[in-house]
Amino acid sequence: MAIVKGAKMTAETKKIVLVGQPNVGKSVVFGCLTGRYATVSNYPGTTVEVSRGNAKTGDHTCEIVDTPGLYSIFPITEEERVSLRVIENEYPDLIVHVIDAKNLERMLPLTFQLKLTGIPVVVAINMFDEALAMGMTIDTSLLSDRLECPVIATVAITNQGINQLIHTISEYTKHKAQTANHEWPPFSEHLMKEWYKRSLDICGLVIKKREKPRGLSRIDKIIISPFTGSVILALILYLGLYKFVGVFGAGVVVNFLEGIFLDHINPWLLNMAESYVPWPAVQQLLVGEYGILTLGIRYATAIILPIVGLFFFVFAIIEDSGYLPRLSFLLDRVFKKIGLSGKAVIPMVLGLGCDTMATMVTRTLPTRRERLIAILLLSLCIPCSAQIGVILGLLGGTPYVLVTWFVIIVLIFGFVGALLSWLVPGAKPSFIVEIPPMRVPQIANVLAKTFARMKWYFKEIVPLFVLASFLIWLGQLTGIFDKLVKAVSYPLLMMGLPASASPAFIFGFFRRDYGAAGLYDLHKQGVFTNNQLLIAVVVLTLFLPCITQFLITIKERGLKAGFGISLFVLLFAFLTGILLNFTLINAGINF
Amino acid sequence: MRASIFKEDLSMIFSESAEEVLEALWTEMENKPTDCVKLSKLRAMPDTKTLKELLDNGILEHCAPDEIKITKNGLAYARDAVRRHRLAERLLTDVLAVKSSLIHDTACKFEHHLHRGIDENVCTLLGHPRSCPHGRPIPMGKCCEDMAKTYAPAVSTLAGIRPGEGGRVAYLHTRDPKRAQMLISMGVVPGTEIRLLAGFPSYLFQLGEGQFAVDSTLASEIYVRVSK
Repeated sequence: MAIVKGAKMTAETKKIVLVGQPNVGKSVVFGCLTGRYATVSNYPGTTVEVSRGNAKTGDHTCEIVDTPGLYSIFPITEEERVSLRVIENEYPDLIVHVIDAKNLERMLPLTFQLKLTGIPVVVAINMFDEALAMGMTIDTSLLSDRLECPVIATVAITNQGINQLIHTISEYTKHKAQTANHEWPPFSEHLMKEWYKRSLDICGLVIKKREKPRGLSRIDKIIISPFTGSVILALILYLGLYKFVGVFGAGVVVNFLEGIFLDHINPWLLNMAESYVPWPAVQQLLVGEYGILTLGIRYATAIILPIVGLFFFVFAIIEDSGYLPRLSFLLDRVFKKIGLSGKAVIPMVLGLGCDTMATMVTRTLPTRRERLIAILLLSLCIPCSAQIGVILGLLGGTPYVLVTWFVIIVLIFGFVGALLSWLVPGAKPSFIVEIPPMRVPQIANVLAKTFARMKWYFKEIVPLFVLASFLIWLGQLTGIFDKLVKAVSYPLLMMGLPASASPAFIFGFFRRDYGAAGLYDLHKQGVFTNNQLLIAVVVLTLFLPCITQFLITIKERGLKAGFGISLFVLLFAFLTGILLNFTLINAGINF
Repeated sequence: MRASIFKEDLSMIFSESAEEVLEALWTEMENKPTDCVKLSKLRAMPDTKTLKELLDNGILEHCAPDEIKITKNGLAYARDAVRRHRLAERLLTDVLAVKSSLIHDTACKFEHHLHRGIDENVCTLLGHPRSCPHGRPIPMGKCCEDMAKTYAPAVSTLAGIRPGEGGRVAYLHTRDPKRAQMLISMGVVPGTEIRLLAGFPSYLFQLGEGQFAVDSTLASEIYVRVSK
């Protein structure tokens, strides 16, 4: 009830909600209205959380709310519930229903449903250019007449029609909103059929001419056929991930930046600290072996950030092309074996970018069972971009080790997935996903998305790296750190790893990528044999999820699941390491 | 047990009203699995002539003065009548596109002419549907068991047609109502034009300007009235 009061008290700022089916461009419209960037991609389910921003319409400011995609007001997935909660609980003054012009018939039933809420509705027919390009014209004034609400044609990516939309919004929010209706009939096939019939009737009147539906283009056929599709996937992994992020990013760029730090910045910092900071303890904190500046900031800016940045860049191109939903078409059968459906391909692939982001995206999965399995697999064996980058850098010189690492992680993914699918109760998942047309990625959006994510990532890791340096420093002063190093060296010994690796694993408790960066440093000093390298990398890939991912897991799945998953993952990682060491020794394998 | 039903010689032919009584009894037994049914509970109260016809032929027997039950022999006749009635309903809805308000009455007349042998043809034509338009199960016939795939049915599941083929969505038959809701919300509504684009490794279909990928389970729950 507190929310109601709050809403009434700030009645001067009007609240406008952008609602619509997935992948119609709500977030682009949001960006146009507010000037704020919300992640935009070419697949349904990019937005899983509500974004808010302000827009000036006429004399007053409006709060604009961007919501995840919604197929109907009878929600099935978690992200649909997020959107519906905004409509139900926040008493918006106006709903802007964003529609894909090409699919008017399929979208209008939601307009009818939204009108049931009693909140005024404005329809924005987006991607109007794509409809025109197909030889399809829509009579918007006639449509407005039939729907009894304003209809505006927009092409949000080029800002067309946005001024008109703002104008309409300001006209509509001048008047006091009607009382919202929170009672609408439950889902029924009958009602749905009626809405579709009405939609078809209206579309028959307002749509002028249309050509044959799009069918499959040649590129579609190449991507979704199992054989050529696998070749494409392998090419993307090899060129995009291995060559670009691994060899170029983790190799060339990181070496260059590390060189600058080690040869120029660190000595200079050391010098400065020695001359201006009189206390050795503080010197140690800032520029010591584990210093905030010499280690924390160096890891963050010279190792992690360039790798993550390049990864996000490649990733943004893939996302915007429309490749990912097609990949879920290809992999659905395989994913069924691990208790998931093709829908889970998108969160899993996103996990290769950032597991925290991916954990949030598991909301798009329809059942609790799938969400649990997906979150556990993300926590356990999907390395994030920073980790992958560092690992590619570490193992780039020893391709055999790299391939073995890859095979081991894939086997564990399959094995744990199959085990969970067998253990976790619940119905088998079903798979349905909308496949958007392939589009040429827009360089402006690719860059904006890459920078937005890099900024977010940097903000995420820097405080943690600083905190880690600080805690280690505190530990060193009190002698706890040395004890901890010694304690961790025992399980490491069981895995056949040298005691000198234990600080890297302690870093890993803060963040897996921080730990991987620690290994990277150690490896440069030539501490590991190839066998040890393999074991260390496998264990650190499986190691504890980072703190943000842990917190998001708690938020999405509860305290018990959060701690349970972490404990399981930690034990599993160490046991795998021990087992791997045992196997290598007994089989007499030396890489 | 099922096999024995098909071996039964259903040689007797009953009046339209007698078949109505049998269907009403069967439906009542579906609602509540009991043997004896009160006459007053039936959808259509049988008149004395019809009741006598059924009692004399050993199809029905009394358990109490106002209660009747179907005999073991009668069960096969009831099953057969229900099957024909529901197949008729499917035929009227899916192929002849008769208005839903008229379905039941028309089906009652129709089924009577849909005698053994013909019902199998209709069943095959419709692609061996498993439920009537009201969602009640259609008892299986011999043809369903044989699944004689000698000629392509006019109504087939999405999983049963070849890429490039399509038509209009006839009906959805999902075991899980959530799945039906999901499909309908996305626009897979009876009457919509649908075309299969790819059938491996998953199913990809076109719906208006949209394209959707589904797994084989969902694809075999979408029934399409195929048009070339």
